[in-house]
Amino acid sequence: MHRLKKNYIGWIFILLSVIGISLFYFYPMIQAFLLSLQSGMGANLEFVGFDNYVRLFNDPTFITALTNTVLYLLIQVPVMIVLALIFSVLLNDPTLKFKGFFRTAIFLPAVTSLVAYAVIFKYLFANNGLVNDFLMGMNLISSPIAWLSDPFWAKITIIIAITWRWTGYNMIFYLSALQNVDKSIYEAAKIDGASSVQQFFQITIPMLKPIILFTSIVSTIGTLQLFDEVMNITSGGPGNATMTISMYIYNLSFEYTPDFGYAATVSYVILILVVILSFIQFKVAGDRD
Amino acid sequence: MKKLKRFFIYLFLSVAAFVSIFPFLWMLVSMTNKSVDVTQGRLLPGTAFVENLQNLLDQTQIGTAIWNSLIIAVITTFLTLLIGSMAGYGFEIYRSKGKDIVFSVLILSMMIPFAAIMIPLYRLFGQVSADAPLIGLDTLAAALLPTIITAFFIFFFRQNTKMFARDLVEAGRIDGLSEIGIFFRIYLPTMKTTYAAAAIIAFMNSWNNYLWPLVVLQSPEKQTIPLLISNLGAGYTPDYGVIMTAIVIATLPTALVFFLMQRHFVAGMMGSVKG
Repeated sequence: MHRLKKNYIGWIFILLSVIGISLFYFYPMIQAFLLSLQSGMGANLEFVGFDNYVRLFNDPTFITALTNTVLYLLIQVPVMIVLALIFSVLLNDPTLKFKGFFRTAIFLPAVTSLVAYAVIFKYLFANNGLVNDFLMGMNLISSPIAWLSDPFWAKITIIIAITWRWTGYNMIFYLSALQNVDKSIYEAAKIDGASSVQQFFQITIPMLKPIILFTSIVSTIGTLQLFDEVMNITSGGPGNATMTISMYIYNLSFEYTPDFGYAATVSYVILILVVILSFIQFKVAGDRD
Repeated sequence: MKKLKRFFIYLFLSVAAFVSIFPFLWMLVSMTNKSVDVTQGRLLPGTAFVENLQNLLDQTQIGTAIWNSLIIAVITTFLTLLIGSMAGYGFEIYRSKGKDIVFSVLILSMMIPFAAIMIPLYRLFGQVSADAPLIGLDTLAAALLPTIITAFFIFFFRQNTKMFARDLVEAGRIDGLSEIGIFFRIYLPTMKTTYAAAAIIAFMNSWNNYLWPLVVLQSPEKQTIPLLISNLGAGYTPDYGVIMTAIVIATLPTALVFFLMQRHFVAGMMGSVKG
């Protein structure tokens, strides 16, 4: 009897969270699905079945936004995770000097606001910005690179920006995981004659597998929602060269003539992508620990 | 050979550290320079800081924006920690099959991208605007409500509660404390480090939040700091010195919070990473 009472009190502790998450996550998700079956301007919506989903395939802006988003994902996430792994392994070496300084410096970008750093990157990568000045000063390039106005370089700028912001953040996760690895494993490997590269691939990577999985899923979800940087560095341009799905949803809802129904359809694409990619990442990583 | 390897490691790390820090140095230096000097790539401190600050105060509602951001961030942090820790505690201490299922369902919400629910949320707040103007569109309450309760913090507190000694709960019961009393009088004070780490993350997330405030806050006097900076940066004739001053002001609180509580932050992250 006493046990039953406590169990009931347990529900009280979680009640607010259950209500909040149902109201602000699950209910809107159902609403978004219903919306995605409707079309029209502003508040005048009518049911059109799956027309919006058909429209997706014939919408060049959507295809561009989707391609860009997937491209950012495929290039940026692996680059960042490999970089973060390298930093964490180097900085985990107890004989390394100035460890604290390097860790803090590389983590520092993670405390900035996305909007603030995006605006700074916009100026750094401007035609007459410091990055071009530096590259020309070093005689690496003879004329300025059109970082923001060339479709190819604009994408590269976005990728550089996100990498700058998030690498240190991921590094902290790997560093804390590395500190839990038993040192004697490495000593045994050294005695067996394993080089540091072999140790990295045969001990460090397998040990960090769960946390690499965790960070890659979090980064994937983050990149699929990319908005702040694109909005503030390139506004999706030139043309739609850096447009992302999130930015397209925003434009469809609040910049162009609002079509909430179609915007909701586009938003379901992100949701489906998140589910599929997370599932693949789980499968690739194998065991579910 | 070994020395050469060391040299390259230090070189690599130094370059990485420089690249990481440079934008900060540049914004600090640019805050003291005139707009024209900033565009010409001046890397030395200037004397225009007071002038930039004055222009910022005159031309923008920066004071209001800071106040709005601060109010939103403080309330959000407080409620996020309270509700999230209660749930994490509730799930970990009072276990039952039913709760495990509910927990799994709540965790699923972490997979829901914000962009996917943004429009229904916007319409939801639009609908309540008429009946409850205090939490309708264009209110600070609307800007913070959907961000308070997240599965991440429930997960975070549940993971960290695994390190909390259950015997303390029993001891509390023997001493005659109520279940809620045990939470507030025993759990909360013992888990200070976890709360500190969560507070940093919640404060930073709220202070830097952009997309939802952009959608929900329309009038200029409701602007938050990220909205103000975004607007400044999008102007046709941007005053770079002024913008840099605003960016430094916006970055200062989160950087400060982080440096003051760095230890707790790393410890807290580790707690949530361990299985």
